[in-house]
Amino acid sequence: MDGLNSLSISEARDRLKAGEITSMDLTQACLAAAEEAAALNAVVHPTPDLALEQARAADARLAEGQTPAMCGIPVGIKDLFCTEGVPSQAASGILAGFKPAYESTVTSRLFEAGAVMTGKLNMDEFAMGSSTETSVYGSTVNPWKSGDTALTPGGSSGGSAAAVAADLCLGATGTDTGGSIRQPAAFAGITGMKPTYGRVSRWGIIAFASSLDQAGPMTKSVRDAAIMLEAMSGHDPKDSTSADIPVPDFEGMLTGEIRGKTVGIPKEYRMDGMPEAIDELWASGRSMLEDAGAILVDISLPHTKVALPAYYVVAPAEASSNLARYDGVRYGHRATLAQGDDITAMYEKTRAEGFGDEVKRRVMIGTYVLSAGFYDAYYNHARKVRALIKKDFEDVFADGVDAILTPATPSAAFPLGQKFDDPVQMYLNDVFTVTVNLAGLPGISVPAGLDPDGLPLGLQLIGKPWEEGELLDFALAIENRAGFVAKPEKWW
Amino acid sequence: MSIDHNDARRVANLARIRVDDEDLPALASEFNAILGFIEQLREVDVSDVEPMTSVTPMRLKRRDDRIAGGGIAKKVLANAPDAREGYFVVPKVVE
Repeated sequence: MDGLNSLSISEARDRLKAGEITSMDLTQACLAAAEEAAALNAVVHPTPDLALEQARAADARLAEGQTPAMCGIPVGIKDLFCTEGVPSQAASGILAGFKPAYESTVTSRLFEAGAVMTGKLNMDEFAMGSSTETSVYGSTVNPWKSGDTALTPGGSSGGSAAAVAADLCLGATGTDTGGSIRQPAAFAGITGMKPTYGRVSRWGIIAFASSLDQAGPMTKSVRDAAIMLEAMSGHDPKDSTSADIPVPDFEGMLTGEIRGKTVGIPKEYRMDGMPEAIDELWASGRSMLEDAGAILVDISLPHTKVALPAYYVVAPAEASSNLARYDGVRYGHRATLAQGDDITAMYEKTRAEGFGDEVKRRVMIGTYVLSAGFYDAYYNHARKVRALIKKDFEDVFADGVDAILTPATPSAAFPLGQKFDDPVQMYLNDVFTVTVNLAGLPGISVPAGLDPDGLPLGLQLIGKPWEEGELLDFALAIENRAGFVAKPEKWW
Repeated sequence: MSIDHNDARRVANLARIRVDDEDLPALASEFNAILGFIEQLREVDVSDVEPMTSVTPMRLKRRDDRIAGGGIAKKVLANAPDAREGYFVVPKVVE
């Protein structure tokens, strides 16, 4: 029989409220599952003491009749979030030993809502990657297998995806700069949502590309995504880009009712050489939405093709600026200096030792596109292309489209090691997801089928700005019809 | 446009990342692969397009100009690789 750790957030919440289970039992089940799952390398800094203390406090609140949204629910937190007194190093060597003196807004909110943190989760270094292979902790292994081959859980939020898929926690936080929630969610057969830019505070989340970064929930169901998103969301004076607008009751408004609504199918997302399984999944997604009463229309998003190149200018440019702070002075790693080394040598040695190859590559590309003589040709040009990509979406929404359906990824999970040596091949993982970040829109990946090798595949739905509630209804309509209940067979 | 090992060295210097001379040619070729990929942007006509400054149009909030914190020097220094007497310590900067 499955343990308590295999419950969804909504199931656990209902049973906690009814007094049938305690947060302590639930938390201990998750901690035990995580301890057994060392082979997955998903949890990189377990926090059992904190978890048990929080579980005890949650049980006390429940006993008093308090039932905040996440009360007693064990969650995992991506290593990108600063958590007070708990190692938070963005899977980078340069932040080795860093223990924040403060709590990120998202984790503060989750804790206020009663959530229990079981540990920090693996990811690509500074969220730069699509496989967790750039992590200083080593790769996470996907709980899903095809034969004996070890597969990537995707990235950058690969530890979060693996932890949720393997029932090490009931939900997890992720962050998404170009697809880092949605791609790993698709690879691990779970639900992952990137909210509208500004919905969730970025304060205390280690920055990668500030105009694109957005945190979101990674969960076992669409309902759970609604519950967790609401707990994470809201205006924060400490993030000047966080929107000062009310947060709807996402779970309360969730019906899965999409009759009469219009879904756009963008022709540019039909890629040459796309695996047949992806094409079939997309077709079955269209049937599911039609079955739910939606009206399907063909649309065009003409600048889709240049989204990735624009992203690989804008994101590295912002990263080179954000990562300038890692200089070996205030926190993290400092290189051992030789006699006579000056402060520049200290910076250069510290950054050479502390950053991994992909991070160095992106920081230097960003430095190049921002440097004198190239700023207009690359950076400003990319910002103009970005404006056109956003306008593509605005135009179809103005024409009456309520949501857009695409595949989440161009393939199922791939073997670890397969694309690691070719950065551009790795970048193509984000081809369907990156437009959403460039346009600041909400997007969600929902597991919707298996490929011929038995690996999960996800469909992506893209919504209008601030309409996460409506988007969740589209996602629920897919979930209800896909009947995706497959779980990875436990081998770890 | 092609990057040679001298350009690669210049970029590494600007980014304050030490790269050994023998690694510069490989780095330059990686840059060329990535920049080749980025080159596709040139196909797009962007005349009369304003560069994006904010993805969600919003007015930046103002706050009162007053001191709202402080007195936490110990916390600020807690993660420093080298801190002494309330200061971050770095190699000598001024002769």
